[in-house]
Amino acid sequence: MAKRLIKALRKLWQAIRQLSGDDGYERYLAQHDARPNVPALSRKAWFAQQQHQKWSGIKRCC
Amino acid sequence: MKTNLPSFLIWLCVALLGAAAVGGIALNRGEAVNALWFISAALCVYAIAYRFYAAWIAATVLCIDATRATPAERLNNGRDFMPTNRWVVFGHHFAAIAGPGPLIGPTLAAQFGYLPGTLWILVGAVLGGCVQDMVTLFFSMRRDGRSLGQMARDELGSIGGSAALIATFLIMVILIAVLGLVVVNAMKHSPWATSTVAATIPIAMLVGLYMYKLRPGRVLEGSALGVILLLLAVAGGGWIDQQAGLRELFDHPGLPLAFAIIGYGFAAAILPVWLLLAPRDYLSTFMKLGTMILLALAIIWLRPEIKMPALTQFVDGSGPIFGGKLFPFVFITIACGAISGFHALIASGTTPKLLANERDIPMIGYGGMALESFVAIMAMIAATVLDPGVYFAINSPAGVVGQTAAEAVATISAWGFPVSVEQMNLLARQMGETTLFARTGGAPSLAVGMASIFGSAFGTHLLALWYHFAIMFEALFILTTLDAGTRVGRFMLQDLLGNVWKPMGRTSWYPSVLFSSAVVVSAWGYFLYIGVIDPNGGVNILWPLFGISNQILAAIALCVATGILVKSGKLRYAWITALPLAWLIVITSTATWQKISSDDPRIGFLAAAHSLSDKLAAGVLPPDKAAVAPQLIFNMQLDAVLALFFAALLWLIVIDMLRVCARHLRGRPVPPLSEAPHHVTQLEEAWQRD
Repeated sequence: MAKRLIKALRKLWQAIRQLSGDDGYERYLAQHDARPNVPALSRKAWFAQQQHQKWSGIKRCC
Repeated sequence: MKTNLPSFLIWLCVALLGAAAVGGIALNRGEAVNALWFISAALCVYAIAYRFYAAWIAATVLCIDATRATPAERLNNGRDFMPTNRWVVFGHHFAAIAGPGPLIGPTLAAQFGYLPGTLWILVGAVLGGCVQDMVTLFFSMRRDGRSLGQMARDELGSIGGSAALIATFLIMVILIAVLGLVVVNAMKHSPWATSTVAATIPIAMLVGLYMYKLRPGRVLEGSALGVILLLLAVAGGGWIDQQAGLRELFDHPGLPLAFAIIGYGFAAAILPVWLLLAPRDYLSTFMKLGTMILLALAIIWLRPEIKMPALTQFVDGSGPIFGGKLFPFVFITIACGAISGFHALIASGTTPKLLANERDIPMIGYGGMALESFVAIMAMIAATVLDPGVYFAINSPAGVVGQTAAEAVATISAWGFPVSVEQMNLLARQMGETTLFARTGGAPSLAVGMASIFGSAFGTHLLALWYHFAIMFEALFILTTLDAGTRVGRFMLQDLLGNVWKPMGRTSWYPSVLFSSAVVVSAWGYFLYIGVIDPNGGVNILWPLFGISNQILAAIALCVATGILVKSGKLRYAWITALPLAWLIVITSTATWQKISSDDPRIGFLAAAHSLSDKLAAGVLPPDKAAVAPQLIFNMQLDAVLALFFAALLWLIVIDMLRVCARHLRGRPVPPLSEAPHHVTQLEEAWQRD
């Protein structure tokens, strides 16, 4: 019972992290493994690039 | 669609409950209606529309193909193109489309009574707004995530493309001005609200530094820190309000606050995004979702009674909050929540680049808009659970009901909505304000409504805290829209100026950044300034103008979609977009016509200009009003020109779309469909799901 609860909570936490983009860098690295010939960005550089990209277009509405 | 008996019975029950709820709301006269009926009606209508209409559009009209590779898969670059879990896309899409619009529009439209706005929110969303969002998302996805403007250019021609671009820029200017005005009206002479809203700026910067410098990319940690600080700022504002020396620092009339917002907007547009805009957006998104869920739970738990009548006498056009008859102005006032053209900009561009499978389109496009429509229903509930007298006292400008409290309550009570000075004073004290009279713009009345709902759920001694929490929450994402909108306006202007002189087009060249930001901020700053000095509150003018421009943008999106449907040989299904388009053409053309030609100075811009210049010439205006009258007269004339321009833009693109369709049907050459070629998906998930 407790195990199942912990599992469910962990799943919820993962969902929250994914929805908020908190795990974005981990996902970037995981995806990056597929292209080993390009060096991966540092966490900071990745975040900067992502923020810049996110706010270059229409991202918020009325 | 598979049908079996249990599912048939369930859907029959949903249909019966929905019909009973809508019927109950619509036919009820005299007796109090419970807010739960609104919630039931809304949920049943969305469920049925989603299950049947959206599914039918997806399967029969758009022919969604789950085996077709999406641009996210084909062009995956790990940045903007990336197959993403559909719930995550839904979250991002909803956070992007739902801003302050669905909260403000229904609050203002409640002056007609609860019924017209509610019906329009439901019908407009399921037949108009949701369809617009869904088909735009689909067409953009089939075109590698191209923007609405690009699609208009590719599918209809350069006229359509330019019209979409100009409409987007203008709507942005009007939108930011009216949102700025809403915040100014909420902060006017309120040290608590002003200090809390001011505190959100350093808090956002602190969170920005945390997420960018201290712990890069730790979005949840930074946001949690920010949310705690924001709640402390709400409580701290109450403390500041009690301190004799401090409260004066934050006690200002409208004009200095408007200049502060203008200065802030300029700073936000030129500062790096990570410092202010991005962290503010994280905070506002969390606050928005949290507060919306809390409000929905509180309404379901408390089941408050609606106190506003179904219809008020103001359907005749004499309403105090904005002038104009029920038709067409209820459809203009409630844009976001029913149909909002701005969504087409989000549904083309960002969201389509994230879709892992075409099958996710109904959920994200149609479902996302249905959820926003639900937010609008909650705003309608929050406005109509207030005593109507209190609602009108808060939302009516002093120029309409009278300058003093005694005059205002006398006018409002004479309309048949009893309210007393003592009642308003008590309410203001409970909410921690000196006065709630003439706090136009919808935010304060929504905050009072939310505070009274939360207050009865969690104890009335916290009313003042809830009120200022609601103000802070609204201001937080209004300012996010203001920052983001100014920046987008800047990019569009730089893009345009780049055609004239190359260096101006470089988005990172500082002189160009400063110049174009200053132009955009001055444009909305001008309308904000006029809105603040206008004795009728400014919302009266700006909100209808915003509604018209937003609906015209929607009409442009529907024109593009209708054109594509006809060109794809789906003439027999083109009504799914042509029908809402026809309705938008009727309401925006009527509204524009009335705004220009009406003899009533509360409706017609030119009539208002004439009436004011006559008064000025006759010398009957008091000196302070006479001083600003020439600016107001000029502004009314400018607004008339702007309204005319919007209408011309709309008709231009409608005629262009009809021309392209007619040519296609007669077998003449038209711009070819720009759909990307078909590739079979390699993502295993597409084959496994369901």
